[in-house]
Amino acid sequence: MGSRSSHAAVIPDADSIRRETGFSQASLLRLHHRFRALDRNKKGYLSRMDLQQIGALAVNPLGDRIIESFFPDGSQQVDFPGFVRVLAHFRPVEDEDTETQDPKKPEPLNSRRNKLHYAFQLYDLDRDGKISRHEMLQVLRLMVGVQVTEEQLENIADRTVQEADEDGDGAVSFVEFTKSLEKMDVEQKMSIRILK
Amino acid sequence: MEGAELAGKILSTWLTLVLGFILLPSVFGVSLGISEIYMKILVKTLEWATIRIEKGTPKESILKNSASVGIIQRDESPMEKGLSGLRGRDFELSDVFYFSKKGLEAIVEDEVTQRFSSEELVSWNLLTRTNVNFQYISLRLTMVWVLGVIVRYCVLLPLRVTLAFIGISLLVIGTTLVGQLPDSRQYRPQKGGICVANHTSPIDVLILTTDGCYAMVGQVHGGLMGIIQRAMVKACPHVWFERSEMKDRHLVTKRLKEHIADKKKLPILIFPEGTCINNTSVMMFKKGSFEIGGTIHPVAIKYNPQFGDAFWNSSKYNMVSYLLRMMTSWAIVCDVWYMPPMTREEGEDAVQFANRVKSAIAIQGGLTELPWDGGLKRAKVKDTLKEEQQKNYSKMIVGNGSVS
Repeated sequence: MGSRSSHAAVIPDADSIRRETGFSQASLLRLHHRFRALDRNKKGYLSRMDLQQIGALAVNPLGDRIIESFFPDGSQQVDFPGFVRVLAHFRPVEDEDTETQDPKKPEPLNSRRNKLHYAFQLYDLDRDGKISRHEMLQVLRLMVGVQVTEEQLENIADRTVQEADEDGDGAVSFVEFTKSLEKMDVEQKMSIRILK
Repeated sequence: MEGAELAGKILSTWLTLVLGFILLPSVFGVSLGISEIYMKILVKTLEWATIRIEKGTPKESILKNSASVGIIQRDESPMEKGLSGLRGRDFELSDVFYFSKKGLEAIVEDEVTQRFSSEELVSWNLLTRTNVNFQYISLRLTMVWVLGVIVRYCVLLPLRVTLAFIGISLLVIGTTLVGQLPDSRQYRPQKGGICVANHTSPIDVLILTTDGCYAMVGQVHGGLMGIIQRAMVKACPHVWFERSEMKDRHLVTKRLKEHIADKKKLPILIFPEGTCINNTSVMMFKKGSFEIGGTIHPVAIKYNPQFGDAFWNSSKYNMVSYLLRMMTSWAIVCDVWYMPPMTREEGEDAVQFANRVKSAIAIQGGLTELPWDGGLKRAKVKDTLKEEQQKNYSKMIVGNGSVS
């Protein structure tokens, strides 16, 4: 029975999105439904404002950084493939992903490395591949608002950078970041399971 | 000429039937039992349709309680547990995992946005508009659906349009149809009281007024709704105001206080959520109505979604298209509970009182309770809520002076 819901035919490039992100058809439909619900003015894309309307996201201390992660390279709009690409980082790791990887295929978006890279990006404000002390300070300030003094925040930033920094350049590179979190169960902490 | 005569005859028979079977009995408060028979047939048909669908779809794709559980698996641990630490632990690079996960979860599904779109049904009720996840099952089901369309559009719709036309014209002309039922409901709001209810659509008003007359408080609308509002004001004093104007709000409070002080005036009907919600939850009750004083009579209203979706999404549908949807549904079935009156207690401020009433209504109606403001339908969340979260987090990483 035809209806106004999302059908596979309505999602453009459904197949390529599925291959790239690994989402099942059902999950993709759900996400498309959600994308259209968030797109209040039916523009076909999401702007920063659309995401800021979500109450639970607006009160999240890292809310602004998360919203930014949807708009790489200074763009102002995110279309459905872009939307799903970010969400794909949080797909739970399933057995089929860890089977023998075809070396020619790119790493799946929800691999441990890519999850860590997403988290790294939340800190790395200028996307230069390093988290400087200054960037650490700025992100901390975002998370605590006006509740903490500058001095206390500087102490925390210094300590954190020092602990992770191995080559002594005063900044945390992605490799150092990964190393300092090697014992952390990243796959479990950064996974959102979509129920069928 | 014959065509015109025939049309004339059909129209007059139609009107007599409507008058005889529906209008006159309702004027005298007598029920002919037609509605009950209709509902029985409808329920049997829908049950049959559900069984056909369940037989037809493969086991894995049946939606199990998706409406209540949500589409993602949630881990509702509070911030402290989620950050895997004790109070006063220091900041870690990994803290970002918790917040980013919570943030992305909110993007995929949040409690509030889903309340402003129609409820998803677990089993289909043969209306295309609620068909989100059901596909073609069998020829017989399609036949029943076609029959349903015919019945709804060719029988029910003209019937309801006729009634609406008669009803609205009478209202606008200024007469009131008398429909006083005997006083058997003990908790119905009395004169000088304030009636408070959860809000799903303008039909809430219709239902409550079949049981008694109220003075209304609400947002000014344009179009058909506006015509009705202005007509009502001619008959008795209502308070219509503009949501966005600050000055209006103080004026409204003043007028409400004057109204209830006058014991001869009708009880006031207010919907403290401030906007239509989709009838699965009750959102924040605005404190304005609870500051006025006086007795509050809570009323819980719950629609049965199986027969028709009553929720009015005013940003998506205007009044006329909403009415069309209503008139082509199977039926609007709702339960109304009148609850014992409540007053503000000693040492309770307006906000606490509002929350108490909200809980009572939510429990009675079987709805979930949400602390969020219904105004989120149209505006962004306040900064104060974000500051609260930031405070919680700061206490953890700095709090006990454990910064090295």
